Amino acid sequence: MININEPIQEKKHHEFLTENTDFEVRSLDAVCFNESELKHPWWYNLKYAIAGMLFGIILVKAEVISWFRIQEMFRLQSFHMFGVIGSAVAVGVISVLIIKKFKIKTIYNEPIEFVSKKFNKGNVYGGLIFGFGWAITGACPGPLFAQIGTGATVIVITLLSAIVGTWVYGYFRERLPH
Amino acid sequence: MLDFLKQPWPWYVAGPLIGLMVPVLLLIGNKSFGISSSLRHVCAACLPAKIPFFNYDWKKEIWNLFFVGGILLGGFIAVNLLSNGQPIQVNPKLQTELATYGITNYNSFVPSDLFTWSSLLSLKGVFMMVIGGFLVGFGTRYAGGCTSGHAIMGLSNLQWPSLVATISFMSGGFIVANLILPYILKL
Repeated sequence: MININEPIQEKKHHEFLTENTDFEVRSLDAVCFNESELKHPWWYNLKYAIAGMLFGIILVKAEVISWFRIQEMFRLQSFHMFGVIGSAVAVGVISVLIIKKFKIKTIYNEPIEFVSKKFNKGNVYGGLIFGFGWAITGACPGPLFAQIGTGATVIVITLLSAIVGTWVYGYFRERLPH
Repeated sequence: MLDFLKQPWPWYVAGPLIGLMVPVLLLIGNKSFGISSSLRHVCAACLPAKIPFFNYDWKKEIWNLFFVGGILLGGFIAVNLLSNGQPIQVNPKLQTELATYGITNYNSFVPSDLFTWSSLLSLKGVFMMVIGGFLVGFGTRYAGGCTSGHAIMGLSNLQWPSLVATISFMSGGFIVANLILPYILKL
């Protein structure tokens, strides 16, 4: 009995997992599996900590981690946030174009890979829900970490709550429209 | 130079620097810029609970946890070494509006009139921190990314689903900030 039932359940899960709706977690894409990363010792990851540190400093100095600036943005009372996001996207677009055009490789001489993502309804529903939370907390996930760093220790609660939210999404994922 | 760094940075300095995170992460290790997935990795590492969404090798994505750890450290450095200690300058219209809710202290990035340990015991505090945080975590994962993963990385790679997601983030924010948040702040 168990043997007959198992493959069906396996298949269901398998089908679900291959549908990677995550724009950020690339190791889940079979097409883009970066095995070489495993060969690096752990301290290779320190370069990401340094990149994160610089990013954190920029976030604070641009005041984009400020609840007040987010309120200004959503009330159209300041150009600041739109300028930050707009110019960041412009630089990002140009960088990606240059990388693609000249086939620039990583510092380990690997080709740089980009994955195209399929649209799913979660982009809209989830996007709206995140927008609701963004307006209330005045922070997206990056700024949450930076805010804690600035000494706002209570934001640990907001962060833990965001982790719980992520977990609850994972729990109900198969029942949500995608 | 240090005096210059200690002022708030204008958008045309900070924005392009944020945009440069995209090529930097790609060049140093083929990584897509994105932050909210770190929350998923924490779930996968701490409580996967046989949920398929959390059953993957999170150690392959550990760079992301180093990255967010760095952001926290960066926040500490910016405030303690690169700050001029001036309150945040915002639009006077916002100041007038917030004053009606008793929010008058602009000395920290996170308003100390709202986000404190003691306010966690009030209904307002629960809305602002617990429910707000939950919506951020649930929404970003449902959307498949956050401001960094969709609005910056996704748009940089000209992905139209990211444009849809970014418009949704903004729409949700406009609705709540203008129509619902005033009621929460009045609590």
